[in-house]
Amino acid sequence: MNFAKQLLSVIGGVTTVKIATTADEILEPLKKTVYQELSDFDVLQEANRCLFCYDAPCIKACPTHIDVPSFIRKITTGNMTGSARVIFDANPMGASCARVCPTEELCEGACVLSEESHSIRIGDLQRYATDWVRERDISLFVAGPSTGKTVAIVGAGPAGLSTARDLARYGHKVTLFELREQLGGLNTYGIVPFRLPAEIPLWEAAQVTHLGVNANTGSKIGVDISLQALVDSYDAVVLAFGMGSVPRLNIPGEDLHGVWDAIDFVDKVKRGEDVGILGERVGVIGAGNTAIDAATCSRRLGVPHVTLYYRRGEQHMSAYKFEYEFAKQERVEYRWYSTPKRILGEGGRVTGVEFVKTRLDSDGMGGMRPIAMEGSEYIEPMDTVIRAIGQSKLSAMLQLDSIGVATRAGVVVVDDQFRTSNEKVFAAGDCTFTKGQAEAMVVEAAQQGKLAAASIHEYLSL
Amino acid sequence: MADLSVNFAGIRSPNPFWLASGPPTNSAYQVMRAFEAGWGGAVWKTLGEPIINVSSRLAGFDWNGHRMAGINNLELITDRPLEDNLKEIREVKRAFPDRAIIASLMVDPIRERWHEIVKRVQDVGVDGFELNYGCPHGMAEMGMGAAVGQVPALVRENTEWVAEVSEVPVIVKLTPNVTDIRHTARAAVQGGAHAVSMINTINSLMGVDIDTWIPIPEVDGMGSHGGYCGPAVKPIALHMVSDCAQDRLINVPISGIGGISTWRDAIEFMLLGATTVQVCTAAMTYGFRIVEDMIDGLSSYLDSRGIGSVEELVGQSLPRIKAWGELNLNYKVVAKIDQEDCIHCNRCFVACEDTAHQSIHPQTVDDGTTLLVVDEEECVGCNLCSMVCPVNCISMVPLDTGKPPVTWRQLEAQGAVHNIKIL
Ligand SMILES: Cc1cc2nc3c(=O)[nH]c(=O)nc-3n(C[C@H](O)[C@H](O)[C@H](O)COP(=O)(O)OP(=O)(O)OC[C@H]3O[C@@H](n4cnc5c(N)ncnc54)[C@H](O)[C@@H]3O)c2cc1C
Ligand SMILES: Cc1cc2nc3c(=O)[nH]c(=O)nc-3n(C[C@H](O)[C@H](O)[C@H](O)COP(=O)(O)O)c2cc1C
Ligand code: SF4
Repeated sequence: MNFAKQLLSVIGGVTTVKIATTADEILEPLKKTVYQELSDFDVLQEANRCLFCYDAPCIKACPTHIDVPSFIRKITTGNMTGSARVIFDANPMGASCARVCPTEELCEGACVLSEESHSIRIGDLQRYATDWVRERDISLFVAGPSTGKTVAIVGAGPAGLSTARDLARYGHKVTLFELREQLGGLNTYGIVPFRLPAEIPLWEAAQVTHLGVNANTGSKIGVDISLQALVDSYDAVVLAFGMGSVPRLNIPGEDLHGVWDAIDFVDKVKRGEDVGILGERVGVIGAGNTAIDAATCSRRLGVPHVTLYYRRGEQHMSAYKFEYEFAKQERVEYRWYSTPKRILGEGGRVTGVEFVKTRLDSDGMGGMRPIAMEGSEYIEPMDTVIRAIGQSKLSAMLQLDSIGVATRAGVVVVDDQFRTSNEKVFAAGDCTFTKGQAEAMVVEAAQQGKLAAASIHEYLSL
Repeated sequence: MADLSVNFAGIRSPNPFWLASGPPTNSAYQVMRAFEAGWGGAVWKTLGEPIINVSSRLAGFDWNGHRMAGINNLELITDRPLEDNLKEIREVKRAFPDRAIIASLMVDPIRERWHEIVKRVQDVGVDGFELNYGCPHGMAEMGMGAAVGQVPALVRENTEWVAEVSEVPVIVKLTPNVTDIRHTARAAVQGGAHAVSMINTINSLMGVDIDTWIPIPEVDGMGSHGGYCGPAVKPIALHMVSDCAQDRLINVPISGIGGISTWRDAIEFMLLGATTVQVCTAAMTYGFRIVEDMIDGLSSYLDSRGIGSVEELVGQSLPRIKAWGELNLNYKVVAKIDQEDCIHCNRCFVACEDTAHQSIHPQTVDDGTTLLVVDEEECVGCNLCSMVCPVNCISMVPLDTGKPPVTWRQLEAQGAVHNIKIL
């Protein structure tokens, strides 16, 4: 049975939704990006509104410190290649970031005009400038003169690719090892297509391989090749393997048919793979960006009722504000202070979830933790459950201790130069991510990659 | 990468972008900052007998919500002692030997005074002189600046005095406050100038505060006329540059000045005959950093056209500047409104209806909407509608008139038009 018919057989007869009848029609809403088209007129007006501040706060607010006034001024003078070069020089993922950065918390939030009128739409202008070179496939950088040094990078997400790009510009010979078939990490596989179509990270990755960086896709480090082998055969090794799948909820019923890992779910949807029957009611457990992405994806696949369940309140959710707003627009619903107790099923398939209400109580360390309130259990009927409670750590699979790289709670420990406890090994991106220290964001991964490359270059130049 | 370096009358500069003499080039601290930002050269703030400046002294011309479409200033030449300036020029030249440092000079129109200052200044190692015959206010009241620059005989004489003793190229900076700048430019060349630069500021009075009736800028309740510059003066400067560049008697390189803010502006000046360009207001508006995009944009522009050296641009558009009497009278363009992009503000309609040729007609179509349609017969191709259109959806398209090209001069020669003498 094809994708379209399967969905129909479940949700057919529901008159409140327009039912798609072909796979193309079903996939259409997934392709419709959430960004408005930018007209040249609008872009010029907006760019000319920029004050071209000196020592501008937007530059500081951008984790990669893009010279925002400079790239905007170049738009106004019609120097589009120059504009894009300013962006990509500071941020190799500049086109992806133009779409997925929480700009109101970063550059746009810092714009001096936000008080007088409204912030410059920096993200939109960045999208315009980067699209300009992407659509013309203009290569902006060249590899540096060869140093004869070699570097292996584990993982080709934003962190690995940024490290690779800068190392190549320094003149080092870089080989990327990536377990997936395509480069880009979560940008390619994890962020919903209507916010970040895969063609964008794939083009950014091509800009990197263009500099002579080797990409060994489909190779799983720790399984196909050991880390020790890399350490032995390269002058330096970079760990940029990100994080893993969504951890289990550890409640009864989790193996029923219809229970999904949010990342796996978005991954399949983004690649256009059949996700089978979703039904009329999808419940998403969690309230971070991953949860929102899974929820909006479900909505766009035509599921009429999509609800997010979170054990804390609205004010505690970790999703970006713009993501939350977007999900509300997509008519995703929310239940706060609820935690799942068990998943109910029938004939091996999910039929509902039993939740228990929570309240926040002091955790004795100055914070608040949710406590289940006995007797407040309630059952929600459900056809699909998507768990989105964060990402697990991958370090165990890679046997980091075998090469003397220290971890703390599964997180690779690095110093401010992105060095691990093995002097030949560096790390960047989500695999070094400890909650509360930095945000797991594409732009952060890109910056760490850049800084790691500078640090490696210094190490290799010794 | 295209070669941006220029040789301007023997003065070498890594790129054609110079800072014009003015507040940005007042001191070594500033010029060094400018050179660090990438400027190819700097014309030092005019040296002479130190003067005393008034406070306040600048005013901005704001237009329709845009700040600083122009600047009006009452500032005179340097107010710092000559020795200080000379010491600093020497320091900068030592720190940046590859950049062009030009000393701007202005003294009383007396031979000995010119000899004295030229000798003192060239000793510190400047790459050239620029004679400021342009300042339209203050200095002119003292018999200097425009008081010299407006009289060809004085231009020639003063230039001769400098050329007699100068060991480096001499540029004469011309005032636009004349009827025809070619006369003073020719006089400069006759006096031995190796190059000319233009324009200095235009006589102006910025405005009056309508609450207090005090002129702007105010000096203790009073005002004075000053010199005008900035983006608003660019068309005037372009005209003067092209006029001089086309004149066979002015066969020296030109440094273009006036309203240059971007690489695009610079290219226009170069296409019309300038070899280098000088910038004052744009630097005062945004800081020295603007030169980065000027260099980057110019370089990309040349690369995208496969032009190897920026000097190849110089004068390329000059053959296309003609006297009015040599323009083809049988050429016709008409306005074409892109109905898809039109936002229906009706600005083009009212402009044409009230002040042009009543050629745009509203037409109500089936769905009740109104389209603006151009009557090609009536449209004279004046461009006005396309100029007022806020979204740029009106293009001017050539119409085949089926007639061979003909100019007024030709008609005149044929006796087909009444005989108006065109010079
Ligand atoms: C659903 C979702 C939505 C998100 N939305 C946003 C957003 O809107 N904005 C934002 O800024 N950030 C967002 N993020 C976070 C962002 O995607 C990450 O912070 C970023 O991708 C981290 O980059 P990275 O290179 O460290 O890791 P990843 O992108 O995870 O890349 C790691 C790469 O390593 C590879 N790898 C793993 N193990 C191995 C191995 N053993 N051998 C070889 N290769 C291996 C993986 O296949 C992967 O390609 C989102 C994340 C998720 C999950
Ligand atoms: C405040 C101010 C002071 C100036 N002082 C001088 C000067 O001392 N000598 C000089 O030759 N020109 C002087 N100029 C004129 C500039 O060099 C330049 O010719 C003019 O401003 C036009 O260029 P712009 O449109 O880029 O400003 C001055 C201009 C300004 C605004
Ligand atoms: S702070 Fe705002 S106005 Fe200033 S440069 Fe940045 S974007 Fe432009």
